[in-house]
Amino acid sequence: MKNIYKSTMVVAVSSAILSFSHLATARDHIDVVGSSTVYPFSTVVAETYGKKTGGKTPKIESTGSGGGMKLFCAGNGINTPDITNASRRIKLSEYNKCQKNGVKDIVEVMIGFDGIAIANSKKGPTFNLSRRELFLALAKQVPGEKTGTLIDNPYTKWSDISWNLPNTKIEVLGPPPTSGTRDAFAELALQGGCFTYDWIKQIKKDSKIAKKSGNKTLASQLKKKYKTICHSVREDGAYVEVGENDNLIVEKLRANPKALGVFGFSFLDQNSDVVKGAVIDGVNIDFEAISDGSYPISRPLYFYVKKSHVGKIPGIKEFIAEFTNEDTWGEDGYLTDKGLIPLSDDERQKMSDSANSLTPLKM
Amino acid sequence: MTGNTEKIKLKLAKRYAKEKRFRLYGISAIAVSIAFLLSLLINISVTGFPAFQQTYVNIDVDIDSKLLNLNSQYSEQDLFRANYSKVIKQSLKTMFPGVKGRKQKRALRQLVSKSAIYQLRDFVINNPSVLDTKQSLWFLARDDVDVFMKGGIDRSLPESDRRLKDFQLVWVDKLLAQDRLEKRFNIGFFTEGDSREPEQAGIKGAIVGSLLTMLVTMFMSFPIGVAAAIYLEEFAPKDNKWVDLIEININNLAAVPSIVFGLLGLAVFIGLFGVPRSVPLIGGLVLTLMTLPTIIITSRAALKAVPPSIREAALGLGASRVQTTFHHVVPAAMPGILTGTIIGMAQALGETAPLLMIGMVAFIANVPQGITDPSTVLPVQIYLWSDSPERAFTERTSAAIMVLLGFLIVMNFLAVIMRKKFEKKW
Repeated sequence: MKNIYKSTMVVAVSSAILSFSHLATARDHIDVVGSSTVYPFSTVVAETYGKKTGGKTPKIESTGSGGGMKLFCAGNGINTPDITNASRRIKLSEYNKCQKNGVKDIVEVMIGFDGIAIANSKKGPTFNLSRRELFLALAKQVPGEKTGTLIDNPYTKWSDISWNLPNTKIEVLGPPPTSGTRDAFAELALQGGCFTYDWIKQIKKDSKIAKKSGNKTLASQLKKKYKTICHSVREDGAYVEVGENDNLIVEKLRANPKALGVFGFSFLDQNSDVVKGAVIDGVNIDFEAISDGSYPISRPLYFYVKKSHVGKIPGIKEFIAEFTNEDTWGEDGYLTDKGLIPLSDDERQKMSDSANSLTPLKM
Repeated sequence: MTGNTEKIKLKLAKRYAKEKRFRLYGISAIAVSIAFLLSLLINISVTGFPAFQQTYVNIDVDIDSKLLNLNSQYSEQDLFRANYSKVIKQSLKTMFPGVKGRKQKRALRQLVSKSAIYQLRDFVINNPSVLDTKQSLWFLARDDVDVFMKGGIDRSLPESDRRLKDFQLVWVDKLLAQDRLEKRFNIGFFTEGDSREPEQAGIKGAIVGSLLTMLVTMFMSFPIGVAAAIYLEEFAPKDNKWVDLIEININNLAAVPSIVFGLLGLAVFIGLFGVPRSVPLIGGLVLTLMTLPTIIITSRAALKAVPPSIREAALGLGASRVQTTFHHVVPAAMPGILTGTIIGMAQALGETAPLLMIGMVAFIANVPQGITDPSTVLPVQIYLWSDSPERAFTERTSAAIMVLLGFLIVMNFLAVIMRKKFEKKW
């Protein structure tokens, strides 16, 4: 009796271990990770792909662009993701890490643009801001009167910055530093405004010159310097971090007509009865303005495919084909319903060709 | 004498006043909690209730095989791949003649859900005889129309502030006048997996995922937890520093933030043992780690509550220690152990933080078939929907919260019933 018990235990344990190793080799669905900005688009394509082909719908995790790259570049094993989404281009350091871990051929697909809206309640005034004014309102330190000096941000009201802005407290609700939206906002809006000061821009130029002449330490020092000036957001309560939930920001703007919020264009598009976008550098945020690049705070979105998994995991090619279909990402495609700003016709054609022929990325 | 009585009377009045005040504090504390709870529940039910209804739209579909690109000798494959979206587009055009411009044409398509294409496809595949006939079919309405039908869009607002524009409202009015729009009970909400189109999204995937995860958790944590509790309570040497150390650690673990268990699961189960991400198996294992301390602590309390006389009597009659424990002590403690387990499971059912680390916070449209299929769980589904831009997801978020609350109430109710039924008075 005892022996039977013992042997069943042995069988159970060994079969459990076997089934684990078996699990590690068999996977019949595509595994996608990456940016939370691309997530709403990627999921719609995945769902349509599943319904159209009758195959398994890809699994999509929202890990953030950086987190996605980390998982994606971890190796070539079947346990690693097949595709990663990113709301920015892959960094050289990430590409090198991928190469080092054996992920040699990566196919890059740019899918369209996403605008970042600065919006407030419909009940409030319409803001007409320049990027310089945004920088002055939100930076931790702003340039002082003398060139090359910085002072702690003294502005408490919008009207302190410019006479034609409303006489209300500066209060901006936005995503925390972990968010890709915040990265892009700092890079495009704040840095854009920052570089309207010549001496700050000069630091960047100096850094590039230093890099060319081979002085890497000086280059990275200078780079760090201008990034600290341009990307540091004030911490005295004028900028409120509201977590990564854009719906929450919209709700708070509805309740507080004096505040401004920073979030993705698709949320503005869906909540156009509650909030309105600010005019930035004289350009109103809408589909056309983001698409032709005149709205300054917009960024391209990408996904990256692990070529070595094509053929091992069923459906990757078909998924790419679905994504790069005119009905999907074209001007009338269903992704535009979700707020994606499509690429131009030429770019779409070029992207589609290189994606479907699985042309690997070179950096 | 009289002076003393006076003094005591005075003091008595003070004491009564004190008691009265304390009662008042207590009652107001309860009243405040009830007010919070009620406002939460009412808010959730009011927002969530509409989600149990869904608008359907009736369309006369001309299933033209020419539009479908089918020749006379078509195979099942051809039927599967045919262009049904063209057929639906054409049918809508016939119903609303004179729609011009790209924007309006596009808006017209958006009266019906995208699922109409696949619904029509399945209908044709199952009844090939309907080819080249006209059929009157009911499809899901798009989320915007659905929100409008439930009163979520105010007609009096200026056009630019509305999701439905004036020309779309004209179409909706026409459909309403012809009785082609109808609200029905939303069965799909309970029979479908997740979707990015609010009108198609359902919670079956999340419910099945939660059940599978809970199964794994139960089969792992119950035997391990109870065995550990029995050993520590009945067999472990008393006053041993190792046993004390283990005890302190178990109590500490019960207070560790749950995300830490997620990190542990990521490092050990996924990193070391290669369990795949996002499946109920890994979710169950991580939640096992989280519920184990709860189960051990409550089981030990239940075992401790069994009077020593029971043990002494059994030992006195010649039973061995194992016999004493398993024939007498454990059965007597079972109701308490089960209650603790159910409460631990209820806690695990509502957990999201550790699952974030192991990839269960993901978009998964297919309903999982087993513990190795990717899946999410109910609280994660709620989180994902609350983060979606589409307005129609708000009501579904609240509806999913109602379902989750329902499960939790049932589980806690079960715990109470078990305790009542099997409780022994000594």
